[in-house]
Amino acid sequence: MSASGPTPPGKPQVKALNCPGCGAALTLRTFGNAVTIVCDSCHSILDATDPNLQILQQFKVATDECRPLIPLGTRGKIRGTDYEVIGFERRTIQVDGIAYSWHEYVLFNPYKGFRYLSEYNGHWNDVSVLKALPEVHASSPPTVRYLGETYRHFQTAKAETSFVLGEFPWQVRVGESAVVTDYVSPPRVVSSEQTGQEVSWSMGEYMSGKEIWKAFHLPGDAPEAVGVYENQPSPLSADTKNIWVAFAVFLLLLVVMMIGCDTLARNEKVFTGDYKFDSNQRAESSFVTDDFELKGHTSNVEVTTSTDLNNRWIYLNYALINEDTGQAFDFGREVSYYHGYDSDGSWSEGGQNDSVAVPSVPAGRYYLRVEPEGDPGYGATYYSVTVKRDVPQYSFYGIALLALLLPAILLTWRSLSFEHMRWAESDHPPVGSGDNE
Amino acid sequence: MTQPAGTCPNCGARIVFRWSSSVQTVCEYCKSILVRTDVDLQKVGQVADLPPDSSPIQIGTEGAYNHKGFVAIGRIVYEYELGSWNEWHLMLNDGTSGWLSDAQDEYAVSFAAPGRKLPEPGQCHVGQSFVWDNQRYDVSTLTTAHYRGVQGELPFQYWDKKDVAFVDLRSETGKFATIDYSDQKPVLYLGQMVEFEDLALRNLRAFEGWS
Repeated sequence: MSASGPTPPGKPQVKALNCPGCGAALTLRTFGNAVTIVCDSCHSILDATDPNLQILQQFKVATDECRPLIPLGTRGKIRGTDYEVIGFERRTIQVDGIAYSWHEYVLFNPYKGFRYLSEYNGHWNDVSVLKALPEVHASSPPTVRYLGETYRHFQTAKAETSFVLGEFPWQVRVGESAVVTDYVSPPRVVSSEQTGQEVSWSMGEYMSGKEIWKAFHLPGDAPEAVGVYENQPSPLSADTKNIWVAFAVFLLLLVVMMIGCDTLARNEKVFTGDYKFDSNQRAESSFVTDDFELKGHTSNVEVTTSTDLNNRWIYLNYALINEDTGQAFDFGREVSYYHGYDSDGSWSEGGQNDSVAVPSVPAGRYYLRVEPEGDPGYGATYYSVTVKRDVPQYSFYGIALLALLLPAILLTWRSLSFEHMRWAESDHPPVGSGDNE
Repeated sequence: MTQPAGTCPNCGARIVFRWSSSVQTVCEYCKSILVRTDVDLQKVGQVADLPPDSSPIQIGTEGAYNHKGFVAIGRIVYEYELGSWNEWHLMLNDGTSGWLSDAQDEYAVSFAAPGRKLPEPGQCHVGQSFVWDNQRYDVSTLTTAHYRGVQGELPFQYWDKKDVAFVDLRSETGKFATIDYSDQKPVLYLGQMVEFEDLALRNLRAFEGWS
């Protein structure tokens, strides 16, 4: 800075720098905040705090083996603040001898400071440093509490830095490692990173590639996300919640409907008659009842047959006939009751009574025509016929309940299998999830 | 609350103290470090140019903390093995003085908290817990730094200090504490981590290409 007067506000600091390793021009984007800068041309890691940019390390990479998806220098808006991508690193963990790598982007705003993006298989996280310490509970699995929310331990792994590019606000080296522990509560993840004695905490929030592409105005489409990521919000969890809320609403409606219909139904006994049927008599058995009045709006009619059958059956051909129009509702009912003892104990089949609802019968004067049939030799059967108008029906509610319950259960099951896929990748795989032990 | 002015004993430039309790200031023109005595200003040293600066805060930046307005009137630049940070000396509108630390754009406001029991130098380790004012703090970092430069008004003489040991502590509630071992007696500062937005800062430094 100039020594000739008061610090001039707002004067830009233009700094032309060249890599001492290969002479390539370097761009410094963080106004003196960077601690290390990596030359893109020769992969020298340079001490950005040293005016001579001393080379700290040089690393070898296969040509273009690893390029940032968001080029360094790109600006984008994250949660309303402009940030510039200034650094990029790849970090690698080993699980069962297999290397898994993710990428981290260092973002910078000269007022708001640093922020990070991480990317794994098309899954992104917006990461910032925590201002308060989370509470760690050494339960099984361990949890942390932060700002009133509980995060479940997902994975602990040693992450090695395997590629770096650009500027970093810390001393970065290829080959250095830190123990990274993730605790998840989708869509957020709280991570601790331990190097030696020091532990730093950060919070990530899941972002889709599409959101990142939009935020940084990147050309083309974001790479498809593969699999389920540790803090990826389940696309079904909101739906699952909604469908159960909808279910509860419909259930309530159904109950209201049921109570309403129950109280509003006339449930009126309009006719009853006692009869005797002798199957031994060869005479014509059919007869008609006295007529009766069906009142009110078009609704159902319940015909109940009560018998004294004992290890026998009768069959009744019924016709409900409108006296004025002649319109007939035909239906047949078999009533049978059998019981006895066998090696398993007592048994019984059927019953002495039968009830049937004839739907949508208009008001008017009606009578029943009844034609009983039975095995010859049974002798006399005594039975009574009762006719009730506008009787509440409950089977409809059972069917409706089932129709509502099925999609809810199906969605819940799918949501659970999403969670199963998530946790299968963790240190705590669900029982029966195969090879991740 | 501008206080009576004096002149720089080195270059004759006008020196104005914004805060009545300031003990030291730096001449804006010749970078002489001036200590206020009862009668006049005494030159005690000279600062080198400040290192390339990253802080968006500057002398004269105004803001608010806990419903009190403040203005940045001085600063200390510390350097340590992993870089540097700024401690901005704040004058609050109730006449007290506080500190706004800016470490790579991570901000914390703190105030001297005398009278608490503090660990002896070299007795702290990372993870250790202390309780002050019913708040638990965990040691997060131990830092050895040296002062790289000063600017503006400070509440004490701070021009000839060498290595300084700091112990930084954090809490689960976002509170922040620093023990400063630069003097014979350690000094505790208590405060909290703050978001840039929450300070409502005005008169910030401009960065080319950023608004």
